[in-house]
Amino acid sequence: MATTQQYCTFTLDGLLVGIEVSRVQEIIRYQVTTPVPLAHPVVRGLINLRGQIVTALDLRQRLGLPERQPDALPTNVVVLTADGAVSFLVDEIGDVVEVDESTFETPPETLRGVARQLIVGAHKLDASLLMVLDAERAANLREVA
Amino acid sequence: MSNADGLDDIVKEFLVESYEGLDQLDQDLVILEHSYSDQQLLARIFRSVHTVKGTCGFLGFSKLESVTHVGENLLAKLRDGELGVPGPELTTGLLTLVDAIRQMLGFIETTGAEGDMDYSEVVAELTRLLEPNEAVIVTNVPVVAATKKKRARKASRPVGELLVEAGRADAADVSAALQEQRGGRPDPLGAILVDRAAVDSAAVHDALETQQEARGGGLSDSNIRVDVGLLDKLMTLVGELVLVRNQILQHANSTQQPTLNAASQRLNLLTTELQEGVMKTRMQPIGNIWSKLPRVVRDLARQCDKQIRLEMEGSETELDKTIIEAIKDPLTHIVRNAADHGVETPAERKAAGKATEGRLLLRAFHEGGQVNIEISDDGRGLNPERLRQKAVEKGLVTAEQASKMSDRESLNLVFAAGFSTAPKVTNISGRGVGMDVVKTNIERIGGVVDVQSNLGAGTTLKIKIPLTLAIIPALVVTTCESRYAIPQVNLVELVRRDSRDGGPGVEMIHGAPVYRLRGNLLPLVFLRTAFDAAAPDSTMDESFNIVVLQADGRTFGLVVDEINDTEEIVVKPLSKHLQGVPIFSGATIMGDGRVALILDTLGLAKRANVISEAAKEHGISEAHAATGNPTTDRQTLLICGTGDERRVAIPLSSVARLEKFERRQLELSGSAEVVQYRDQILPLLDLSSLLGLGCTSSQETLSVVVYGTPGNCIGLVVDRILDIVEERVSLEAASTREGVLGSAVVQQRVTDILDIAAIVENAAPWLFQTSTLSEAA
Repeated sequence: MATTQQYCTFTLDGLLVGIEVSRVQEIIRYQVTTPVPLAHPVVRGLINLRGQIVTALDLRQRLGLPERQPDALPTNVVVLTADGAVSFLVDEIGDVVEVDESTFETPPETLRGVARQLIVGAHKLDASLLMVLDAERAANLREVA
Repeated sequence: MSNADGLDDIVKEFLVESYEGLDQLDQDLVILEHSYSDQQLLARIFRSVHTVKGTCGFLGFSKLESVTHVGENLLAKLRDGELGVPGPELTTGLLTLVDAIRQMLGFIETTGAEGDMDYSEVVAELTRLLEPNEAVIVTNVPVVAATKKKRARKASRPVGELLVEAGRADAADVSAALQEQRGGRPDPLGAILVDRAAVDSAAVHDALETQQEARGGGLSDSNIRVDVGLLDKLMTLVGELVLVRNQILQHANSTQQPTLNAASQRLNLLTTELQEGVMKTRMQPIGNIWSKLPRVVRDLARQCDKQIRLEMEGSETELDKTIIEAIKDPLTHIVRNAADHGVETPAERKAAGKATEGRLLLRAFHEGGQVNIEISDDGRGLNPERLRQKAVEKGLVTAEQASKMSDRESLNLVFAAGFSTAPKVTNISGRGVGMDVVKTNIERIGGVVDVQSNLGAGTTLKIKIPLTLAIIPALVVTTCESRYAIPQVNLVELVRRDSRDGGPGVEMIHGAPVYRLRGNLLPLVFLRTAFDAAAPDSTMDESFNIVVLQADGRTFGLVVDEINDTEEIVVKPLSKHLQGVPIFSGATIMGDGRVALILDTLGLAKRANVISEAAKEHGISEAHAATGNPTTDRQTLLICGTGDERRVAIPLSSVARLEKFERRQLELSGSAEVVQYRDQILPLLDLSSLLGLGCTSSQETLSVVVYGTPGNCIGLVVDRILDIVEERVSLEAASTREGVLGSAVVQQRVTDILDIAAIVENAAPWLFQTSTLSEAA
């Protein structure tokens, strides 16, 4: 019997990336962020999520992708991690897709750098590849250094 | 996921209740030592133990049940006056029982089972104590009987009496009903009276309630247990409500709609009241943490052969829960210090013409929106002259500085890092670990601590702390188009320098900007440049705003773009991602819903080198100026070196003392190395070999970390004691090695965090059971 997995998908610099749906708390449109001087460059700032202060991390920066165009407003994907809620800033939000586990493959050895630690593997979809992100690791900046 | 999540709700509740009961027991037992004939107290102790026994039997914790059973037997005999006057031996025995129960509860909490410790010695000791002490019985019994009778009468008066008193029933009816009851009718008196139509059921109900209140049972009906998480959530929501209210008020003021205005006024009032109410739910009486102290003082006093009476005033003074948590350890430390070093031995006291029994007074009271806590003893006091000498010896101040110090300043030297408070040769005081950490901890929550002392007459420590941390008044400033909040406690004054005023403005001392404020030079920090290493912009000769701040006794001016307003802000902690940023202590949500960061004055001052330079000037080490940041998950760690270059960290909370012994002081007991320490034998364990790192180098002086409670401790030999740091510890790699919790980066070095309890338990399992008993025997 084939088991399936649901992913919340979004794009980052043209890549299709997914996070397990069960980890995603909510998706909100662009919010005004308060920048934090001296913080890690991945930390874009703080947002007010109904009274809760949530740190916004730029996933492009986190994965070492080029900066977003200044006029393109990112979307917040609020994810639950061991350290509480964290918001990932992504380009555009996609669908929730249900994929079969048999389409999964671990990343090739040629994948290097930070991405190697953060991308668990990829699902072969009909049109493209869906990269699966380890949300817990992506939110953990201590390992970046 | 911790194991506790897997526990049944019933077991969880049992644990919570039992822990509460045990805390009360500790306290009650110490009181009992002095007032053995207090039947009410005895009954309460008996009830606590009985409840634990009953519940654990029901839940199937048979070992716990058997241990508590012996204790219950002992208490039953004590209550019935069969044991005569209970001596300290008995109290110690009972306290050991409490410790054993607590330990087993701990096992249940973490593993779900009772653990495999052997408690037969505790049981044997308690059984031995069961033998009555014949000699005293006779004198004791009448007292007991008298109190019993009086108590019984006061506590519960019969329903009939209450009904007659309230005028709800006729005395004749009641006595008739009583006759009937005695005649064999099984119903309660109230029911009989209702049957006879002598009273209505409402009256009986009222009378029963009165009776219940008199018994003290009414209390439990008006209290419920609430999860702290829920209260915190309520607090957050109310905080949000306050923000929304502010927005609405702003809006309403700018429109001309009378109905909206009236509604917003009411909303304003209600919100304020709601906020106060919710704040109150988080308040706890300080007595909650004081309750542990009688036991601490008793154990210490017994161990040092001193007589100390602990008095507490104002234990009902309320404080916010987070503050209560934060001052718990410092307070315990101060009390231990006072009992250990402040109060003299009975012989010394007699020689000085004082009562043999030393007095330790704890006072708490509200004053000017702050809570004051005073810890005073009537001991030997501090000698300012001696303190100055010592500080010079330790290189904390120069002889010249010392000669200029007033007595008052000298007293405050006890808070300097690395200052040992006891001038004793035996190094009893440890190594000055305590007081600077105490000061740091108190200052971190916005409090101040001050010491006053009269040589020969005693010492008083005064602590002032804010009521709550959750909502604080703050000044909002703008720099680089972002708003920042500065806690009002750090604020001294605001200065506006106008270019039209003339005068020098900002001047430079070799690159360091200063400003002449009423004749004194004020070091300046530009908030813009503090954020970024870029050169300061040329505001030199223009108008600018200076926020004069105080951090750790130093004053400096913070230059900001704009000063907005003061506001009450709700402090929210920063996420883990930002805890490496030293200049922010938290964040808050402003009236417009945007987030603003809260500046940490101390961190800012350190970053701009205001403190470290000033501190160097004054010769006090930098460790003294805390890296203060009011978040809760910081730990104070003792950093030791073992093996070649390895660094290990031990949570300071589990360290009793730091000692140094000469190698020639070592003796052998069996195959174990021991040393004589405070009239006891202190077994020594070598940490390097315990961690499998080979043996310690043969240094002449051994650095020893003492672990455990007084009279029940063990010494861990380390190669070097390096430092005491306060850090947020984030374990990088959980360890599989035994005794090591994991590794973390502390002071830019990889450091193993030790699980000291596990190490000692492995190496010296006997430590947990025997010595308190042997001390009593």
